[in-house]
Amino acid sequence: MALISNRFLREGRALPQELEDWRQKIETLAKGYGLDFFETIFEMCTYEEINMIASYGGFPTRYPHWRWGMDYIQMQTSYEYGLSKIYEMVINTDPSYAYLLDNNLVVDQKLVMSHVFGHVDFFKNNLWFAPTNRKMLDQMANHAAKVRKLMDKHGQSPVESFIDLCLSLDNLVDPHSPHIRRERRTSQAEYEEAHTNREVVGKIPAKGYMDKHINPPEFLAAQREKKAEELAKMRRYPEEPVRDVLGFLLEAAPLESWQHQILQIIRDEAMYFAPQGQTKIMNEGWATYWHTKMMTQDILDDSEVIDYCDHHSGTTAMRPGQLNPYKMGVELWRHIEERWDKGQHGKDWVDCDDPRERRRWDTGAMEGREKIFQVRRTHNDITFLDTFLTADFCRQQGFFTTAYDKRAREWVIDSRDFADVKKGLLQMVASRGTPRVMVTDANAFNRGELMLEHTHEGLDIQLDWAAVTLKNLATIWRRSVHLDTVVDGKPIRLSHDGTELKKSERKEDG
Amino acid sequence: MLNIDRDLGRFRDIVKGKVRKDLKKYMSSGELIGRKGKNVVSIPLPQIGIPRLRYGENKSGVGQGDGEQGDGAGQGQEAGDAAGEHVLEVDVSLDELAEILGEELELPRIEPKGTKESMAERNRYKGIAQQGPESLRHFKRTYRRALQRTIASGGFDAERPVIIPIKEDKRYRHYVVEREPRSAAVVVYMMDVSGSMGNEQKEIVRNQAFWIDTWLSHHYKDVETRFIIHDASAREVDRHTFFHTRESGGTLISSAYKLCVEILTKDYDPAEWNIYPFHFSDGDNWSGSDTRACIELLKNTLIPMSNQFSYAQVDSQYGSGQFIKDLLEAFGDEEAVTLSRVPNRDAIMDSIKDLLGKGR
Repeated sequence: MALISNRFLREGRALPQELEDWRQKIETLAKGYGLDFFETIFEMCTYEEINMIASYGGFPTRYPHWRWGMDYIQMQTSYEYGLSKIYEMVINTDPSYAYLLDNNLVVDQKLVMSHVFGHVDFFKNNLWFAPTNRKMLDQMANHAAKVRKLMDKHGQSPVESFIDLCLSLDNLVDPHSPHIRRERRTSQAEYEEAHTNREVVGKIPAKGYMDKHINPPEFLAAQREKKAEELAKMRRYPEEPVRDVLGFLLEAAPLESWQHQILQIIRDEAMYFAPQGQTKIMNEGWATYWHTKMMTQDILDDSEVIDYCDHHSGTTAMRPGQLNPYKMGVELWRHIEERWDKGQHGKDWVDCDDPRERRRWDTGAMEGREKIFQVRRTHNDITFLDTFLTADFCRQQGFFTTAYDKRAREWVIDSRDFADVKKGLLQMVASRGTPRVMVTDANAFNRGELMLEHTHEGLDIQLDWAAVTLKNLATIWRRSVHLDTVVDGKPIRLSHDGTELKKSERKEDG
Repeated sequence: MLNIDRDLGRFRDIVKGKVRKDLKKYMSSGELIGRKGKNVVSIPLPQIGIPRLRYGENKSGVGQGDGEQGDGAGQGQEAGDAAGEHVLEVDVSLDELAEILGEELELPRIEPKGTKESMAERNRYKGIAQQGPESLRHFKRTYRRALQRTIASGGFDAERPVIIPIKEDKRYRHYVVEREPRSAAVVVYMMDVSGSMGNEQKEIVRNQAFWIDTWLSHHYKDVETRFIIHDASAREVDRHTFFHTRESGGTLISSAYKLCVEILTKDYDPAEWNIYPFHFSDGDNWSGSDTRACIELLKNTLIPMSNQFSYAQVDSQYGSGQFIKDLLEAFGDEEAVTLSRVPNRDAIMDSIKDLLGKGR
């Protein structure tokens, strides 16, 4: 087993000469276009190997878990029946590793290589990836070794069960947390300081007879109340609601040492993968933008055009009613480039509402290339769409919102209105299927119970899954947990004590 | 061996229920979906969901493409990255499916019986030989030998990679003789097609009989099958009729058992055959006296002849479903009798496991 890992890590099957020549050419080309990437190492894999790496999220080894096996058999079956095939696999590490399927056509390999350089440029330069661990390859291997050791010591099933519990919560992290400097928590000393000086709050020293004029009793009362509130806040734990539920559990849950280690591993890995979810559209679009540019302008041989078109359109195809991040991304990048090439931005452009003039608008600015490099540095999918998704673009692309028609029992086109579409897209990207949940109190009802709050943004959470998730959370917390949410417009509190779920209505103010 | 094999093995063990039984409830059922066209079915692969806080049914989404307001939009889906949460439907041939089922099933209590030798010999083309008929030439192996020889002799030209095999290069598929215990077996399928069986019930029963039959004929080469349908009277039919007939009428289960005994006594000596009667019904027999007749028949004749008597009962909205209770009372601790209830389509697979599961 170790042999295989080593082979992947250090001595991978080098590219055959023909592909190695292409790799050098493409690398030079990509640099010429201004792409700036980590050293990128390509390795040839059989489809079993590439499916394995894909099930491991791009890594040659992970901690033992049945989930990888489940993903693997899916990909394997799907490949064997010709339903799907993984063309491209690259990981965000320095140096970066990319995998090529060994029986692909040469034209596919060229496409993949140029696509990969796009991704690695994005990994290296996009701000959201800045806090990720670029030595993750080593860390994943360390995690695997650590978990194996814990399994040897505590048994496979107990450790695996605990991993399952953690995985059930692993979407409850805060992808923004590495970018935010949190205020430090009040120390015990500060608290006591504040507590003992309670009486003199805001009181201005004055002679006895002036005192009631200088420090009117109402004022003092208000000051006292304010102070009490601050004290209460200091005493509340956490002081501010915490979105990083896993991080909070690490800090506060009654865990045994081995459980703590596992939870830490799951959180580290979830945080490592989080930026990929935050930038899916941008990242795939960026890589697609660059492979099309390089392939069609520099690389393709006449004999390869048909195969290239076939495979390229395969990745950017839209199935009816579905959003393809590759397609969406690449089109938006091109839209931005065109706008800045033609100077279609700024006050004059916004104020212009003559359609003919808008169509003809071209200041010859040619700033598109510069602009897209700048955008790829700072944006994530949400800000990307929010900033650059225009009504023109929306119309060109034929976007629509969908709604479920209960009578016809199918999804139907609801609206093509720009505002609706943009809202719908942003909501989709913002939520990514994960409701925003925060820990508000670790000592609810003064019984050490855990209180969570779901910020309801128009969609209800799925109750049966929530019930199990809360049960898992209660198992880790070892006391009851509560989740405040809204179901069918009614404020509801879901409580789980580890054995059963209780659903109670609550007043809006909680 | 790849690293992943260990995780794959673990997943399989969980799916088969060998370990981590707590996960069973998150498993999406390995439900068998009906046939598509000839000899092909589509099955979802087993999946275990990881419960997470997530949004319920999407109330709206965004799509892309042509169409007017109100037109069907396909499935409005997220652009997202919910990998591993989808159910994959794959077309699998019947043989492969039987193979998959076979990992978990067996003909219980089968014994070596039969007049011929107790071991059957089978030829399987598993080996490779240097001589053989051209029709069995193994192209890949031959090519590989030729390529090796050409390279070794320095005759390989990368610019013009022509490989010409000579006689020494040729390799042929060759059979090896496999010996396996012969177990002559006969399976008698009896199906209730009476009026109380609705379309859904008949469909379930047929599906179940179909899968059992498919699996058995794949795994046991010497199995003979006989088919009986009955309402108030029973008759023997061929396979096609059995799976396609639509009849209706009253129900006298004893008629089927009588016919079954008749067939068995005439053609299959229990000393030489393993005998497996299967009966599918909604358990709504016409009268208590007929049920008593059935039990007598089973107790005195049919069960002693058989290796195992299997009864599967579908839930029906009309019938009382009394029969399985009567059988349970009469044969509750009889090892050679298995009873199973099939409340709905999803339960077909479990019911087959009830009847034929390993180590039951």
